[in-house]
Amino acid sequence: MKAIKKAIMKTMRLASCGRGISAGLALVLLMPVFALAWLQISSQAWAETPADCRVAETQLDNSFPLPRVEAAISNKKLAILVLGAGSSRLPGPQGTLLAYPARLQSALAQKLPGVAVTVVADVKLGRTARDMLADMRAAVAAPPRPALVVWQTGTVDAVRSVDPEAFTRTLTKGVTAAKAAGADVVLMNMQYSPRTESMIALGNYADSMRWVALQFEVPLFDRFQVMKTWNEMGTFDLYRDTKKMDIAERVHDCIGRLLADLIIGAAKPGGAVPPIDVK
Amino acid sequence: MVAGERDLRLDLFRGIALWLIFLDHIPTNIVNWATLRNYGFSDATEIFVFISGYTAAFVYGRAMRDRGFIVATARILKRTWQIYVAHIFLFAIYLAEISYVANSFDNPLYGEEMGILDFLRQPDVTIMQALLLKFKPVNMDVLPLYIVLLGFFPPVLWLLLRNASLALVASGVLYALMWTFGWNLPAYPEGSWAFNPLAWQLLFVLGAWCALGGVQRLSRVIASRVTIALAVAYLILCFAVVMTWYVPRLAVLIPHTVAEIIYPIDKPNLDILRILHFLALAVIVVNLLPHGWAGIHSPVFRPAIVCGQHSLEIFCFGVFLAFAAHFVLTEISSRILVQVLCSAAGIVLMVAVAEVLSWYKNLDRKGSSPRPPFTQADLAGGGA
Repeated sequence: MKAIKKAIMKTMRLASCGRGISAGLALVLLMPVFALAWLQISSQAWAETPADCRVAETQLDNSFPLPRVEAAISNKKLAILVLGAGSSRLPGPQGTLLAYPARLQSALAQKLPGVAVTVVADVKLGRTARDMLADMRAAVAAPPRPALVVWQTGTVDAVRSVDPEAFTRTLTKGVTAAKAAGADVVLMNMQYSPRTESMIALGNYADSMRWVALQFEVPLFDRFQVMKTWNEMGTFDLYRDTKKMDIAERVHDCIGRLLADLIIGAAKPGGAVPPIDVK
Repeated sequence: MVAGERDLRLDLFRGIALWLIFLDHIPTNIVNWATLRNYGFSDATEIFVFISGYTAAFVYGRAMRDRGFIVATARILKRTWQIYVAHIFLFAIYLAEISYVANSFDNPLYGEEMGILDFLRQPDVTIMQALLLKFKPVNMDVLPLYIVLLGFFPPVLWLLLRNASLALVASGVLYALMWTFGWNLPAYPEGSWAFNPLAWQLLFVLGAWCALGGVQRLSRVIASRVTIALAVAYLILCFAVVMTWYVPRLAVLIPHTVAEIIYPIDKPNLDILRILHFLALAVIVVNLLPHGWAGIHSPVFRPAIVCGQHSLEIFCFGVFLAFAAHFVLTEISSRILVQVLCSAAGIVLMVAVAEVLSWYKNLDRKGSSPRPPFTQADLAGGGA
C-alpha cells in the first residue's frame, strides 16, 4: 500500500507541475476525505433502540413512504406478510417464536398501542425469489389481505447462482404484483455471514435488490450492512462456531425491532422522513 | 507501427490492477476503501482485460508477422492451456477451503448460507462442471474469461494485422448483438457467466487494436483539451453517482428518469457506462504519463511493474492470498489493524514472488548452457 501511495504521490507531483489537470487531481485527493466522512456519519448511533441493536441511522433509511401501512395503522388493524427463506427462521422447537417475524410483531404491538398487529410468516428453507413469487401472488390476494409484504430474498439465489437478470425480473414482478394487490413492500436483503463471505458472491444480487427498491420506491431493509456493522462494532460475534441459540436469538430480536422502526418511520402521516434531514 | 520496446506503463498498471483485485477479493477489508471500484463505475478488471489485450497483440502480433499464423497460433494456444491449468489449480485450493469450512463451522443463524456446501455431496458432477469451466466459484471468473478470449484470439489477431479497424468494428458489432439478443455462455448449476466473454471481448480487442497502431491514430484526440475536459467531467459525475450508493439518503437526488436509464450498471455484460469510465481514466492516465516518460524507471514503480510482468502467476497467487487473508481474518482476528497488516503482507508477498520469478527468468536467459536463450513470447506475459 505504501508503495502505491508513494507512486501516486510522485505521479501527481510530476503531473501537476507539467500539466494543469487540477480538477482530476482534486478528485483523487477528495476520495479519502469522502471515505472518512462516510465512516464518521455511520458511527452515529440510532436512537431509542436497545444498546444491542444500535446501528447507523443512514443504514436504516426510510426515504420511501408506506401509504397502505399508514392507512392500516389509522384503521387500527395492521396485517403483515413476511415472505422468506431459511434466514427468516431459527431452528428448534421455539424457533418460530424467536425468529424476527415474531419479534417484529411484538415490537410493532408495543410501539403501536391500540392497533391489532398480525404478522404472518410464510417461510421455507431454500426458496429462491422465483419459488416465492407464486406464493406471494396468492397471499396478497387472499384474506386477510396484508397491508405490507416484507420480502426477504437473495441468499438462495446467490448460492445457486441464479442469473442476476432473471433475479431482477422476478423481484420486479413480485413488487409489482404486491403493489397491484394493494400492499406496500419492504425488501430485505441477505445476512452478513463472515465465514461464507468468500464463497457466496452476493454482490450482483444485493445490487439488484437495491436497484429494484429505488426503481419502485420501496424501502430496503439492508440486513447485510446492519449485521456487518454489528460484527465490526463487536455487538455480536458472527464468526462464532456454536450450536447455542443465544446470539442468534438476540440477532433476530434486533432485526425485528429495527424492522419495526423502519416500518413505523416510513408510515408516518405525511410521508417518510425527508430524504436529507439536518440533524 | 509497433514500438520495439516493451511499454513499462502497461506493466505498471497491470501490477496495480493485480494489487487492487487482491484487495477487493478479501471480503472484509478496510483497505478496500482505497480501491478503484468505490469511486467509479469500472474497476481493476477493466484495466486488466484491456492491458492483456494490448500485450497479447504486442507479443503475438510480432510472432504472427515474423513467423506466420501457425506458429503464433500454437503459442497462443499453449498460453491458453497454461491459464487453464492455473485455473484448475485455483479450483483445487477452493475445494480445500470450502471442505474445511464444511467440517468446522456450525451456527444456527446460517443454515441457509451453508447451502453453498451442498455441491460437496455430488463431487462427480461438480468437478466435471468445473473442468468444463461451467462451475466457477466466487472470484474465479476472470481466468475462464481469459481462456475463452485467448482461445479465439488467433483469427482475431489475423484480422487485426490485415485491417485493424475492421476487426474493431466486428468486435463492436458482436458486443451490440450480445446486448440485443442477450447472448452469454451457460454456467452451472444455473445462470450464465459472471464475465460474459461476448461482452468483455470488446475491451480485449480494443486493447489489441491500440497496441497495433490505434494509439498513434488516436493521439491527437487523446491529447485534446476537449477530450480531457469530458473525461474529467465524466469521472466526477460517476464519483457523485457512486457516493449515493453509500449514503442512501442521497439516492433521491438522482432524477428518476436518469436512474432508469443508467441502472442497473451491468458488470457481467460490461455496461457501456463502465467502458466509458475506464476510457476516461485511461485518457487521464495517458496524458499524465506520456509515452517515453522517464520517471517510469524510478525504483518507486519497480514493485508494481515486476508484478505486472508476471501477471498470470501473480494473479493466481493473489487469489490464493485472498483466501489465506480471509482465513486469518475469520480464524484469528478481524480487527482493522489485522486487515491492514494482511493487505500489506499480501502485496509484499506478491512483489517478492514476482521478483523470484524474474530471477528465474534471468537464469534461463543468461544461463551458461549453449542452447539458444529461452525467450518465448508467451512468457512475456501475453495472456493473463
